[in-house]
Amino acid sequence: MRYLTELILLSAAAFLALLGAAYAKDNLFQAHAWILFFVLLGSCVLLARRVEFGLPGKNASKPDPSSYFDEVIRYGVIATMFWGIVGFLVGVVIAAQLAWPELNIEPWFNFGRMRPLHTSAVIFAFGGNALLCTSFHVVQRTCRARLFGGNLAWFVFWGYQLFIVLAATGYLLGVTQSREYAEPEWYVDLWLTIVWVAYLVVFVGTLVKRKEPHIYVANWFFLSFIITVAMLHLVNNAAVPVSFLGVKSYSAFSGVQDALTQWWYGHNAVGFFLTAGFLGMMYYYVPKQANRPVYSYRLSIIHFWALIFLYIWAGPHHLHYTALPDWAQTLGMVFSVMLWMPSWGGMINGLMTLSGAWDKLRTDPVLRMMVISLAFYGMSTFEGPVMSIKSVNSLSHYTDWTIGHVHSGALGWNGMITFGALYYLVPKLWNRENLYSLRLVNWHLWLATLGIVIYAAVMWVAGVTQGLMWREYDDQGFLVNSFVESVVAIHPEYVMRVFGGLLYLSGALLMAYNLWRTIRGDVRNEVPLGGAQATAKPAPAQ
Amino acid sequence: MDYNFLRQLADSWGLLYLVVLFVGIILFTFRPGSKSKAEGAAKIPFNEDNNNAQE
Repeated sequence: MRYLTELILLSAAAFLALLGAAYAKDNLFQAHAWILFFVLLGSCVLLARRVEFGLPGKNASKPDPSSYFDEVIRYGVIATMFWGIVGFLVGVVIAAQLAWPELNIEPWFNFGRMRPLHTSAVIFAFGGNALLCTSFHVVQRTCRARLFGGNLAWFVFWGYQLFIVLAATGYLLGVTQSREYAEPEWYVDLWLTIVWVAYLVVFVGTLVKRKEPHIYVANWFFLSFIITVAMLHLVNNAAVPVSFLGVKSYSAFSGVQDALTQWWYGHNAVGFFLTAGFLGMMYYYVPKQANRPVYSYRLSIIHFWALIFLYIWAGPHHLHYTALPDWAQTLGMVFSVMLWMPSWGGMINGLMTLSGAWDKLRTDPVLRMMVISLAFYGMSTFEGPVMSIKSVNSLSHYTDWTIGHVHSGALGWNGMITFGALYYLVPKLWNRENLYSLRLVNWHLWLATLGIVIYAAVMWVAGVTQGLMWREYDDQGFLVNSFVESVVAIHPEYVMRVFGGLLYLSGALLMAYNLWRTIRGDVRNEVPLGGAQATAKPAPAQ
Repeated sequence: MDYNFLRQLADSWGLLYLVVLFVGIILFTFRPGSKSKAEGAAKIPFNEDNNNAQE
């Protein structure tokens, strides 16, 4: 009887949530427990409809153990698209709130609560679901083994969605421990820990039962991402709750140790969540889409070890000119500059995979998307080390330059490589010959690229303006500008940023439409890319 | 086990350990005979057959 045990456990959890609402010590915990209760109750109903009653051992719908476990990946692809659009939309809204403060709607939808909603939605909901489904896809294909643990992968997927829902609703209610990119409070952190351990078990279990003797390099990146994020999450969220039925907790660290712990977490979330995990995608989907093995496999191994040896030390560059000891700031700066080498090694490795096949770029916009993501990876991993240098940082820190840098990495590298992977995955997973429309992919590519370029360029201007205004002294040693003058000065850039964000969002909407039509099995009647010119030319020599 | 002990451990034996490990990994990657193995490993993504986990 499939799902019967799961249903019993789920209803018990719903009952516990109800008890949590009944005995809550504060209003926020009560509201959150009610949300949890209704989510779990709805899940019980949905699961109950799937329970199959039948004689044990005679279950007709038992999955074939020799096939790949792809259903959970299909769910992950749809969740990635959905959360991506939510996250981009919230991003456009908060950009508009900064340009026109009247759009702050108290108390649930003001900037302070919407901003973590945006960052968590794009990093953990969009990026996290992309990593979950691509890692499940890549590890099965490169190990030639079905996912380990049966329904455990379903638990990972749905458990992760529950984490997202609890985190997002918590932000809007005002539940936060105010640690950047780790805002959820202690009980949500504990839940994520359980889900993450299950993820590790599924992934490592699949590696252990592999039929391919060698573990392909993409899996090394995915595994380092899973393990390091577990370590970061546990240390950064070490806290003591005031009550087991209340939201508030206090960090185990204090003062500058707390600050360094947060940025050790924060920067390595960039390094291992947004870099190592997405490099795992790159090392599988770029060779597959180009139909050529990676340029140098040994370079990819050097890339991997150099990246993980160096990244872990770079966090202190977020705390230049603070109470953090000087030697620690310098350490963070030096390791950040050294990181440039493995980053560019990896970028070159990805780009050179196309050597001898550059003509494919003319006709394949999905490959174009992957190449442009690598270009943005190269650009932001060059800008990052420059900004970590103390003298540059004294101008750039606390300004919108940082925001621009983050977005050229996140929209350009993480977003584009994910879009490329989704365009690769959907026809494969739903057994479709082709995408609905390659021309729409091309539109998506250029809308997104233009959006990022506008975003990054205006944030450079805004950031340098702020930095220069804040440090301007008159001849008697007084500051020339008040803070609000620097805010007024960058209003035009804030408006242009909203426009850049809108372009990026509309590109993602085109993708959702394109993928939806692909899933339905439609094919658009259109002139192939490259036009008559491309078809008139002889086939390139092998 | 105070701050100074950990600090000295980190910039002596800890530093040596990580550097030796890192240099060792690079040398191991470029050991003789690794090229053909690496070329085989690079082809792994193309070994899959589409919907079958068994060979």
